[in-house]
Amino acid sequence: MKRLLKPIKDVGIVGYGAYIPMYRIKDEEIGRVWGANGFPIQEKSVPGIDEDAATIAIEAARNALKRAKINPQEIRAIWTGTESKPYAVKPTSTIVAQAIGATPDLDAADFEFACKAGTEAVQTAIGFVGSRMAKYAMAIGVDTAQGRPGDHLEFTAAAGGAAYIIGEKSDETVAYFEGSYSYVTDTPDFWRRQHEHYPRHGNRFTGEPAYFRHVINAAKGLMEELGYTPNDFDYAVFHQPNVKFPLTAAKILGFPMEKVKPGLLSGIIGNTYAGATLVGISAVLDIAKPGERILWVSFGSGAGSDAFSIVVQDAIEEKRDLAPKTWDYINRKKYIDYALYAKHRRKYII
Amino acid sequence: MRKVAIIGVGAIPVGEHWGTSLRDMAVEALLNAMDDAGVDKVDSLYVGNMASGSFVEQENLGTLIADFAGLGHIPAVKIEAACASGGAAVQEGFKAVASGLDDIVAVVGVEKMTDAWPTDATRYLAYASDAEYELFNGASFVALNALVMRLYMKEFGATEEDFAHFAVNAHKNGANNPYAMFKKVIKVETALRSPYIADPLKLFDASSVCDGAAAVILAPLDKAKEFTDTPIEIAGIGRAVDTINLANRRELLRLRATIEASRRAYKMAGVEPKDIDVIEVHDAFTIMAAMALEDLGFVPKGQGAKVASEGQIAVDGDYPIQTMGGLKARGHPVGATGVYQTVEAVWQLRIDAGKNQVPDPEIALTQNIGGTGSNITVNILRRV
Amino acid sequence: MPAMQVSRYWRHFKEKYRLAGTKCKKCGKIHFPPRQVCNECGSREMEEIQLSGKGKVVSWTIVRNPPSGFEYYKPYPLALVELEEGPIVLAQLTDVSEDEIDFGMEVEMVTRRIREFSEDGIILYGYKFRPVLKTSKD
Repeated sequence: MKRLLKPIKDVGIVGYGAYIPMYRIKDEEIGRVWGANGFPIQEKSVPGIDEDAATIAIEAARNALKRAKINPQEIRAIWTGTESKPYAVKPTSTIVAQAIGATPDLDAADFEFACKAGTEAVQTAIGFVGSRMAKYAMAIGVDTAQGRPGDHLEFTAAAGGAAYIIGEKSDETVAYFEGSYSYVTDTPDFWRRQHEHYPRHGNRFTGEPAYFRHVINAAKGLMEELGYTPNDFDYAVFHQPNVKFPLTAAKILGFPMEKVKPGLLSGIIGNTYAGATLVGISAVLDIAKPGERILWVSFGSGAGSDAFSIVVQDAIEEKRDLAPKTWDYINRKKYIDYALYAKHRRKYII
Repeated sequence: MRKVAIIGVGAIPVGEHWGTSLRDMAVEALLNAMDDAGVDKVDSLYVGNMASGSFVEQENLGTLIADFAGLGHIPAVKIEAACASGGAAVQEGFKAVASGLDDIVAVVGVEKMTDAWPTDATRYLAYASDAEYELFNGASFVALNALVMRLYMKEFGATEEDFAHFAVNAHKNGANNPYAMFKKVIKVETALRSPYIADPLKLFDASSVCDGAAAVILAPLDKAKEFTDTPIEIAGIGRAVDTINLANRRELLRLRATIEASRRAYKMAGVEPKDIDVIEVHDAFTIMAAMALEDLGFVPKGQGAKVASEGQIAVDGDYPIQTMGGLKARGHPVGATGVYQTVEAVWQLRIDAGKNQVPDPEIALTQNIGGTGSNITVNILRRV
Repeated sequence: MPAMQVSRYWRHFKEKYRLAGTKCKKCGKIHFPPRQVCNECGSREMEEIQLSGKGKVVSWTIVRNPPSGFEYYKPYPLALVELEEGPIVLAQLTDVSEDEIDFGMEVEMVTRRIREFSEDGIILYGYKFRPVLKTSKD
């Protein structure tokens, strides 16, 4: 039984763009407030007081458009995967569509699947374009994630996102999809009920039965379907709720550190949830050479993983300089203390 | 067109009138002016008011004030031109008399600001900006004036200390005005030590939220002597607008509306800047006082702040401004301000200004600014 | 709930989200905000123009006593920005510290949250400007 997902027409990435807010808080500083020590990452990105998932998505989308060099009016769908929608009901994607000048001839919707909502949007865009329903579709993964103050998720929950414009494979695509694979079970390792501010999680239950089981099975499934081994890939980007999990997954799968490191940003920007692997991939595309193959595996609590195999094309050389690179945003940073962080995260009632 | 004179003036002290409503403030000022003129009825009423709908949830002020002042079934209407509403109402009253339509016309300016929460007051005032593009982006009037002030300081080398002298002068004169909100003499250091509210603009560069009402009674000049021994002629009026959005100005450091309005007023009165003895400028912010002196034609562009620090703006100086405290010390109950200025100019011309009397003045000018210089009135008054 | 019916805000999304102005078909003057009548030549023939969002700071201030609705954001920098196409725009600066701002500072437009109404009200987005992002190719 064929498990690989592959459209009739080959599709690729026409343009991509990332965005990470400039504010950072060190885990040490969060630990100072809550009396913790021994931290999962160094520091994480914090949205500005005027930023949210929509504004982050807009800048990422604008960067993707710059690289795609297409008229936004040609985009037939914008799908944003996020768990930090500015509105509980009212799409984020329409705000993005309006801001980049893509309205009104398009489909727009928001996707939710915890941290894999972004790759969910990518999967859907591949189908939309690969079936020739549309010329271009934009998939965005973005979050301004919040952990309950003092909870260990607070040390990693971060803000950022990336956008991908999917089109039929051509000389204009910077990379193309060889195939993808999704692996999903009902595993409640992390959730947020209606009207709750913060998610709940299953602590150590989030590891083996959730993250590792899904990430590893998705990666293995995709490689089996395509007949590849880790040796066939030049880079691997795994969902990165922290630094330890993706490195452990890589080790289990047999990927050496150097193939994982370029796309592993969680140690310095935190876990950008639905944005995490999309931002990781954008960092890899910023440096990858034509012909190189990248394994891309997301994870979303609840739970599931999407895995993609992409191959970099010649157009990357010309297009990567058309918009700010992922590291341009990582390097642009301003540290804030917990008091200001709490203000940015709207913890004060005034 | 008939010549028009002011035959009576009245006001209430500017301040925080917690116990007095808008209607009672307006009626009291109006009755004071009617008593001063010795009239017990008027042909029509013009009310200068900026934002009563926002501040006290009351519009239709023409009716409200005519009704409660017992003026009967006269024509009465509110005139709104942002902070220049008072100056504009005086002009509308002037037109009614000059045209021959009415003989005795009352003009009252009133604003009741302290009933609003302070941040709401800031918001209501900013309704007079290009609200969709200025207030929308978080601009207050203080902030818009600060943008002009910073640019002015850069262009002309003016300092924060230069501007402080406007506040010092205002407070010095306000101390002798029983109707002033602030009657406390201050030093330059007091102004300079005050906190920034929109850098580089400090608390003492700005007028404050307050309540007030002032009124004048107008009559044809040829009948004025029937009512008073000291009629004051409204010799010239001028009004002009500019872009509502500060950013759209052709020149950010020139108030085109002041230039146009004063040109009309000077022409109508047949005078020039050098003929003016008393200058009541709209010093809602010290930067506006500096620019007023320039755009009204008293000093060259860029010299406005300098003449303040050189002491030339005092009552006995070359350019006596804020003679009864100005907007800074007398107070700036926005829609009433233009009428207060008129009342004060009349006091000066009647030689009734007490310790702040400008020596033997013949001609006074009042400049009243609405918005960020987007709607400006200039009136010229003459002793007859 | 919003202070006013949402139509009051919604009709301006185009110019607020992406800085769309008007250009006079007769004399070429570019306006922001959009105008029906050219304030240069009086022509009524206008076309929409997408502004680049690149500009320079002409003047700025720090708003410390904001109008109601902006309390949570204080203090925030507000500036006059001269766009490369000509018009000057009043907007907030963002992602910048007070001491970095200077005359002539080069800035670029970003779309940000301007304000929101109460918990259940709409969120208003609009243009702000930030220092031009430093990129590795520079």
